[in-house]
Amino acid sequence: MPGHASNDKPLLRVSNLEVGFDTREGLVKAVNGISFEVAEGETLAIVGESGSGKSQMVLSFMGLLAENGHVSGEAFFRDKDLLKMKPRDLNKIRGRHIAMIFQDPMTSLNPFLTIEKQMAEVVMHHQGLGREEARAHAVEMLRAVRIPDPEERIKQYPHEYSGGMRQRVMIAIGLLCEPELLIADEPSTALDVTVQAQITELVSELRKQTQMSLILITHDLAAVAEIADRIIVMYAGEAVETGTVNDIFYRPQHPYTRGLLASVPRLDRESDDELQAIPGNPPNLLELPDGCRFRDRCTQAMEQCRERPPLWVTEDGRSSRCFLPVEGGKVFAEPAGAGDTA
Amino acid sequence: MRKPVLRVQDLSVTFTSRTGNFLHRRERQLRAVDGINFDLEPGETLGVVGESGSGKSTLARALLGLIKPGRGRVIWRGEELTGLDEEELRQKRKELQIVFQDPVASLNPRMTAGDIIAEPLWTFYPNMDRLQVDERTRGMMKVVGLLPNQINRYPHEFSGGQCQRIGIARSLVLNPKLLVCDEPVSALDVSIQAQIINLLKSLQKKLGLALIFIAHDLSVVRHISDRVMVMYMGQALEVSEKARLYRRPLHPYTNALMKSVPIPDPKLAAIARQSSWLTGDMPSPYERPKGCIFHNRCPFRVNRCEADVPALRRMENGDWVACHRARSLISRFREFLIQLPAEPAMS
Repeated sequence: MPGHASNDKPLLRVSNLEVGFDTREGLVKAVNGISFEVAEGETLAIVGESGSGKSQMVLSFMGLLAENGHVSGEAFFRDKDLLKMKPRDLNKIRGRHIAMIFQDPMTSLNPFLTIEKQMAEVVMHHQGLGREEARAHAVEMLRAVRIPDPEERIKQYPHEYSGGMRQRVMIAIGLLCEPELLIADEPSTALDVTVQAQITELVSELRKQTQMSLILITHDLAAVAEIADRIIVMYAGEAVETGTVNDIFYRPQHPYTRGLLASVPRLDRESDDELQAIPGNPPNLLELPDGCRFRDRCTQAMEQCRERPPLWVTEDGRSSRCFLPVEGGKVFAEPAGAGDTA
Repeated sequence: MRKPVLRVQDLSVTFTSRTGNFLHRRERQLRAVDGINFDLEPGETLGVVGESGSGKSTLARALLGLIKPGRGRVIWRGEELTGLDEEELRQKRKELQIVFQDPVASLNPRMTAGDIIAEPLWTFYPNMDRLQVDERTRGMMKVVGLLPNQINRYPHEFSGGQCQRIGIARSLVLNPKLLVCDEPVSALDVSIQAQIINLLKSLQKKLGLALIFIAHDLSVVRHISDRVMVMYMGQALEVSEKARLYRRPLHPYTNALMKSVPIPDPKLAAIARQSSWLTGDMPSPYERPKGCIFHNRCPFRVNRCEADVPALRRMENGDWVACHRARSLISRFREFLIQLPAEPAMS
């Protein structure tokens, strides 16, 4: 897939990424040939429901797939292909240049170690700082994520923190080495709604201050309306639509994106008529239908949707995989055999 | 107002936890549900909204007698449930049923969908004819939007949304009069959530059920509720008629909850964000703030809020709110609903 409008060399360039898992029932293709780029300072949101492959895609190039998983394709971070790196070299990139925050702040922190120990470890390992310096740096980061009284609180254990505060600590750990890319996998899903809003605000502010790039993985399209620059919408292992935040919210092309937008219950509208649901259920990745994977749930499905839909691409970098044409777009010539389920 | 089917009066649940060591034993009291009052009419839906730790699930369990309340009464169609013994209470469960949050974890993985749905029938009517049970089970599956020919499948063969349909069929198979749904959609994907909410709403209409629908998010209960109760640390801070609550909330906490629902529109989201929301987290349940339970997070607090506990008072329009400043704040909470421009202005 061609890149987006930016002329700069992208920080991350992923092409034809495929992720599969060997299971007792057979091969599960979690990610089916996805390509995308992240520019410097850009926030990319990857939106999809459970089973869409959004998390596995990212875990695959971070070298964090489960043992039965395998990956192919390319994932260039600057000029290095992460997929071809030895674990040793990958370790030098992870945490230092690319940091990751996970969904559940309770299980991501070690309950037996104080926050200080867990934070100091990271900088001592990656930046070779001494204990005192490391501690001072950690306190500074806790202050940056607005933990009150950080000098005292750094001595505490994770259970002495609330859920929202724990996620702030995770973000602080992620930022310790001033990474160029921060990947946040559902950072606020496990938190209460009022705290979710605080975390989203914090992440967006930190991103502005630091110029780092951000990949936000979420199931909640509404949650990224304000924070994303571009959005990839995933369904059953494929990127069904890509566009700028305004494209996706104001001019959605793919019927799945439209359905997803319509099914969000909103409080900013007067009407509370029946909610617009997408009928049916997502397909089983072991028994994927031929052709368009959204076909069975699509209100606009046609006879030709039994064939694999084309990928429409416009010059300003938006794309949609559907038989419905995209205005001003061209069908992208894919390499033969790409994305075949066989 | 019609005669309520359910009356809840001063319902309170307290958990005791033991800490300390062998020599210095200490007991700590946690008030999970603290003096809840409400009435529910036949066919009415009450939405209950609160964050984790607000006591909403404990309230659900106490209503059905799954937890013994420490204080207060639950009166179901004129009969006090809180005074019944185990067996009498068990018989009442034909009329009072619950749907749980996690549809996959709450189904027995070793039972077929049909057995799961039929189990309450066997429990209460052990002599029921097998064919009759089968017919009723298949009928229930149709009602909740499952295919009767899936009767012999196991839970892992269904998606999350389908599992929740099984859970709903099971809770409806005895023809209950009250259904308590404890976060029935929060484990489901957005596109599936809407299906389940629409299903519950149509079933409620068709079967004339009284419904208590619990959620942590105000956006989810809006479409199904007639009235909404907002809970915080075990207490009801506001109980309001739906249309009024969503147009102009009475309590600062309700206002904050509404503002934290993300809007799927970049421009409107930016506008909505400009007004500040809550700082901080819910305090520890062992260290309940004095005075108003919400005062340490409230952007509108005055001295009085730190000293006096505000009672849940009835406003002129019939809604209830527990806030000293409700009357003066009512004009401060701008109408929340933002009118969308007809055509979104594009850059």
